[in-house]
Amino acid sequence: MVTQQNVTQQDGAGAAAAQAAQRGDAAQSAQRSESALRPPVDIFETAEGITLIADMPGVSREHLNLQVEGNTLILEGTLQFDMVENMEALYADVRSTLYRCSFVLSPELETSRIEAILKDGVLAVRIPKKAEARPRRIEVRA
Amino acid sequence: MFERLWGYEHPLAGHMRRLEQELDELFGGNASLTGTRDIRSLPTGTFPALNVASTGDAIVVYLFAPGADPKQLDISIHQNLLSISGQREIAVDEEATYYRRERFSGPFRRAVSLPEDADAERVEAKYLNGILTIRIARRQSAKPRQIEVR
Repeated sequence: MVTQQNVTQQDGAGAAAAQAAQRGDAAQSAQRSESALRPPVDIFETAEGITLIADMPGVSREHLNLQVEGNTLILEGTLQFDMVENMEALYADVRSTLYRCSFVLSPELETSRIEAILKDGVLAVRIPKKAEARPRRIEVRA
Repeated sequence: MFERLWGYEHPLAGHMRRLEQELDELFGGNASLTGTRDIRSLPTGTFPALNVASTGDAIVVYLFAPGADPKQLDISIHQNLLSISGQREIAVDEEATYYRRERFSGPFRRAVSLPEDADAERVEAKYLNGILTIRIARRQSAKPRQIEVR
């Protein structure tokens, strides 16, 4: 029975911009206010850990930025497409070239062992759980 | 005395303005909520997303289909109508607890009506990083044709 959701999302660019502003990161904050796309994600949990899968078409490895800041997992990517000069847009579902989303991780997750695979615009992030109930020996000093 | 009220900025006002901008962005551009849409257009957020651009000598169609198998994509042009269909099946882990399942799974299809001068004989398609790019040269022709994805 899961009573507490392990991953909570901080939706929207507003929260993202606020976070960036808090860090005093003016340049990034300005970039993020250019409404980033929130990629659709699947998130599921098994005994071993949590897996997050995000659709980020157009993002290559070089343009993907995956990081953990404190207890927050941040996914960012820049969409690249084959642009030709003097191009005129006739129709556009996709109107931003920036993807961004972030999730708060819970303490039992091992942030140092996160693995990520990016293939055909699909990013899979595996966040393992810490070895649970690991017995700890506490030494009493005299 | 009302000036003071007008001058008063409700704490939510900023958020409302932002929301308004976001909505404009969602519904603006292609067509407004009450505006005219292409008869084959699909609701915002439909998978896969589609962009169409035009250059002097070609029409370029971008289909944002991450995780699709390019070999299973079926692209055809008939009577100046470009149709792209395919399938993306997402395996579900029965053992796992799902918190979010936002990613599209299943068959999909999108259609774009091309300008009169699109040349169905000169089409190139490629799939990279989840984006299918189809380049159709401009000229005159209306023959049905299958295009192979490289």
